[in-house]
Amino acid sequence: MPTPYTALFILLGIVVGFVVLVTVASNLLGRKRQNAEKDSPYECGMDSESPARVRISIHFYLVAVLFILFDVEALFLILWAGSAEAFNAAGHGALVFAEVSAFVAVLALALAYVWRKGGLEWDR
Amino acid sequence: MTVLLATLLKVLVIFGCLISAAGISTLAERKISAWIQLRRGPNRVGPFGLLQPLADGIKFMFKEEFVPPGKSRFLFILAPALAAVPAMMSVAVIPFTGRIAEIDGTPILGSVADLDMGAIFIMAVSGLGVYGIILGGWASNSKYPLLGGLRAAAQMISYELSMILIILAIVAMSGTLNLREIADAQNDHTLLGFLPAWNVFLQPLAFVLFVICTFAETNRHPFDFAECESELVGGFHTEYSSMKFALFFIGEYCAMIVMACLTTTLFLGGASVPFWAEAPWFIGLGSFVFKAAAFMFLFIWVRWSLPRFRYDQLMALGWKVFLPLAITNIFITGLVLAL
Repeated sequence: MPTPYTALFILLGIVVGFVVLVTVASNLLGRKRQNAEKDSPYECGMDSESPARVRISIHFYLVAVLFILFDVEALFLILWAGSAEAFNAAGHGALVFAEVSAFVAVLALALAYVWRKGGLEWDR
Repeated sequence: MTVLLATLLKVLVIFGCLISAAGISTLAERKISAWIQLRRGPNRVGPFGLLQPLADGIKFMFKEEFVPPGKSRFLFILAPALAAVPAMMSVAVIPFTGRIAEIDGTPILGSVADLDMGAIFIMAVSGLGVYGIILGGWASNSKYPLLGGLRAAAQMISYELSMILIILAIVAMSGTLNLREIADAQNDHTLLGFLPAWNVFLQPLAFVLFVICTFAETNRHPFDFAECESELVGGFHTEYSSMKFALFFIGEYCAMIVMACLTTTLFLGGASVPFWAEAPWFIGLGSFVFKAAAFMFLFIWVRWSLPRFRYDQLMALGWKVFLPLAITNIFITGLVLAL
């Protein structure tokens, strides 16, 4: 008796098989003629002067941290969104909504704080 | 056994259609861009250039493969696969049409897998695509790809937040995470007696935000800082060639197709036909494809009509406009539901 997950794994098998097949096939079919110039990283014809793994802007790190913060918020909201209708039907809708609002308000406050502190400004 | 065979056949057909649709989209992109710019576009391979995607695919196969020397060869080869697989997998929960047939009491539905947590599945799996892009940029051992990969990652996670919050507002309204039930919930009544109760009419703000988020999520034009040819050459796939480059490309177009299908499902009633509740499944499928194709056209139209944003404008838009609006939207939705 196939469950929905059977079909999911069939699709996963087909997709992974397709990706592996085309990668291997192009490796076998394509020609190979390497030289030092071709192996150098592309920089519009200039010779590369420094390694590619340079230090990156701290902004990217800040964005990642903020993303984790608000993504966890969204994670908790999934639980509320999925069951809001059931709570409303049971007559607890207003109470549950008040609790969720308090939770979201705290995080909205956090967003306002980050904004005020300039954490969302890119060009500083 | 028959059910298993039917499932296998269905999955194969959906996968084949997805890959074909990605190929046709590349042709459509070039044709429509040509029309917008008063050119002819590809018209040599086959009638009206219709076989062009096939020719491109064969050409990719026979092109020389470049792998930069160094320690990260494995990651370099792995990255395109990591970008393409999630994009193709996320199609699994899209309900393309209603019940197709019934075998031994088991309904054959119009999606690969009718998961009860479909909305979570599609958010989780489509979010995985960012790994392939950032890994490809890093493993290329070159400056432009690294910057392109980082930009793409920061952009995708920023807009993913707003997107998840918008989906959750729809989920709260429908009371289910199952995408088929979300689509059905829009078709069981009408508004003001004549308007179908699609979420696009009930949640117009969410609809506009969501469509713009899909552009940012798939790195499409006004937000295509991952590639940004005037600044970063080709972005994260500068060093990629041959079929590995094609996999990034297929992944991008599959992601666009899935996003168009998701918008159709969440906001336009999925496979429903207005004023014809009892439409047979193939009419529903046609209706779904028509709606999704309209969004694909929008993707292409916008790309060839609007100028590109600046990167700081993009991040400011995501964090200072979209996130507060999405939070407000879910708050109002919850308030209306609770009252």
